[in-house]
Amino acid sequence: MVEATGGRDLRLEHVTKRFGTFAAVDDLSLTIPSGSFFALLGPSGCGKTTTLRMVAGLEEPTAGTIHIGTDDVTYAKPYKRPVNTVFQSYALFPHLDIFENVAFGLRRRGAKQIKQEVEKALELVELGGLAKRKPAQLSGGQQQRVALARAIVNRPAVLLLDEPLGALDLKLRRQMQIELKRIQTEVGLTFVHVTHDQEEAMTMADTIAVMNSGHIEQLGNPTQLYESPNTAYVANFLGQSNLIRATVVGTSGDDLLLDVHGSRLAAPVSRRASGDKELLIGVRPEKIHLGAPDEVVPDNHNVLRDGVVTDASFTGVSTQYLVRLPWDQEVMVFVQNLGVGGVLVPGTKVSLSWNPAHTFALDGSEDALAGVQLEEPVSVG
Amino acid sequence: MTVAQGIGVGERQVAGDQGEPSAPEVSRRGRRLTPYLLLLPGLGWLLLFFIVPIATLFSTSTQTRPPGSEIGVYVQTFRWANYVDSLSEYTTQFGRSFLYAFLATGLALAISYPLAYAIAFKSGRWRNLLLVLVIAPFFTSFLLRTIAWKQILADDAWVADGLRRLHLLSQSGHIINSPTAVVLGITYNFLPFMILPIYASLERVDPRFMEAAGDLYSNGITTFRKVTFPLSMPGVVAGTLLTFIPAAGDYVNSALLGNRNTTMVGNAIDSRFLRVVDYPTAAVLSVTLMAAILLLVGLYIRRSGTEELV
Ligand SMILES: Nc1ncnc2c1ncn2[C@@H]1O[C@H](COP(=O)(O)OP(=O)(O)OP(=O)(O)O)[C@@H](O)[C@H]1O
Ligand SMILES: [Mg+2]
Repeated sequence: MVEATGGRDLRLEHVTKRFGTFAAVDDLSLTIPSGSFFALLGPSGCGKTTTLRMVAGLEEPTAGTIHIGTDDVTYAKPYKRPVNTVFQSYALFPHLDIFENVAFGLRRRGAKQIKQEVEKALELVELGGLAKRKPAQLSGGQQQRVALARAIVNRPAVLLLDEPLGALDLKLRRQMQIELKRIQTEVGLTFVHVTHDQEEAMTMADTIAVMNSGHIEQLGNPTQLYESPNTAYVANFLGQSNLIRATVVGTSGDDLLLDVHGSRLAAPVSRRASGDKELLIGVRPEKIHLGAPDEVVPDNHNVLRDGVVTDASFTGVSTQYLVRLPWDQEVMVFVQNLGVGGVLVPGTKVSLSWNPAHTFALDGSEDALAGVQLEEPVSVG
Repeated sequence: MTVAQGIGVGERQVAGDQGEPSAPEVSRRGRRLTPYLLLLPGLGWLLLFFIVPIATLFSTSTQTRPPGSEIGVYVQTFRWANYVDSLSEYTTQFGRSFLYAFLATGLALAISYPLAYAIAFKSGRWRNLLLVLVIAPFFTSFLLRTIAWKQILADDAWVADGLRRLHLLSQSGHIINSPTAVVLGITYNFLPFMILPIYASLERVDPRFMEAAGDLYSNGITTFRKVTFPLSMPGVVAGTLLTFIPAAGDYVNSALLGNRNTTMVGNAIDSRFLRVVDYPTAAVLSVTLMAAILLLVGLYIRRSGTEELV
């Protein structure tokens, strides 16, 4: 295509953006290695779009610097940056056909062989035959792919995607996720993908940054974030977590010994992200085994007895139970549907057990409900 | 969300199912007639005040005056030569009408576009005030405002005076009673008809398209040339039509601000109809003017390729 501008890291240092007195982005620092698929994940209004707009040059930071490679682009005009954006609303030019939409950036830069480049880009998004149509004559998914082609054809150092899949239905979204991932691998550009769909972030990204009210809560690969969240917010925002208050009563080898309302539990010392004596210990619902009240569990396993099933919802792949513990906390347990035994009815007495290695520990002063999503995230325009 | 949508769809289907069979034939036919019934008052109006007068006009254009009859009495003789006679007599006026209208439209466009652009994108909280100012001249009559121009452009007024001082106007030169004054008058009088459609069009241009253009390596000027201006074309087309059409038929400006050598078709029609009481010639000129405008407008719309955008 045009000159390959790839191969440069994107670096944000202490970037702050204030609207009036309100800090939409608050002292955010971030390095995105060249060629990676990076996801910015966070709830509505946490500053994801604002961050992208500053990288694209559509918004000027109140403080901090933005570098692409060694170039300081903090105050560079948008048209001078090696950055292209796939807008949430696509923003395809309605008066130009698909070919001209995709060719727009190339023409502005006086590129050679525009025809081949555009055709190649349209081929990549599998829209070869639609070059002569106007954007209004395409379906939402097709428009989205045109927006992608229009950006990719320029081979920017960084490609920004602002919830480009937000407007699509679930099936098309899944399909486009796979497509996007394939394209990214094929062209090897740096993708910064903004989303508030955690599943989308986890399936697509090499690295995820979880954002919360203008700052980054935690950054890591999907497994790290899921298995070892550093804060209650991340634990709850990324998947579901059971967070239980515990007090450290000692250590044994590599384990912390904990007291939880009279029960003795253990958690690896290495998985204590923060905190000292008063902790919140967490375990993911699918890691918990649901047994009979007096079930014999392997020696070193964590076990909580006297639980009562309060709710059971069968989802096909698994059954999701809510189990109330004696101190009135409800714990979520996912039991895989292996075809043995039926669904337990509410009221059944059960015991909960899990491998201590699956326990992570956070500072006890955190809000156990931070970042809880009450419902499936609803896509916001 | 999906569940809610599913329920919503379900309910609608249920309602539809109940509604269809119970709806009797009559009410369904009634429903099909409703749009036509709603059109009726409009059609009546059109028939009474547009079709009928035009038919009369057409018919008058081929009438002649019977020998020895009183002034103002004409009978239908289908004399098509009326067209040849009248048009050869008033070729100059036709040419002048279209020239003046063309110049005034161009001038109005040159003034209006930057103004509309500024109001749409740069005016901030002054926007509404500026829009009111654009419309404000309509609060006084067209005639009064043109008479005011007569004074503004008069030989002893500051405009002519200033131009003379700057040696842009010879000591004996005037602006009033000249083609310039007529074109300026027409421009002024139809300016709001140019500004408002362009403003409306620009106002509707989604700023996100401009951001996208910037993101795709366009500086401000290129963004305007390639995105903003093309997207405002519907307003430009509407504005030029709304200016050109009445300007081509105008006679007030020429009558008040011009001289004997600035008469336009409108003036000819006016004098033929009201002063000379030569109805057939006035009718021929009117019909021809209308046809010429329709033709020009048709060509213009086709050339500007904005049928789908309007
Ligand atoms: N131009 C602006 N003026 C004032 N406040 C703004 C402006 N743009 C954004 N904000 C505020 O900044 C915060 C972050 O906005 P932003 O658009 O970055 O959110 P987001 O994370 O992209 O959310 P979403 O997922 O809903 O798109 C919001 O609270 C928003 O109200
Ligand atoms: Mg956003």
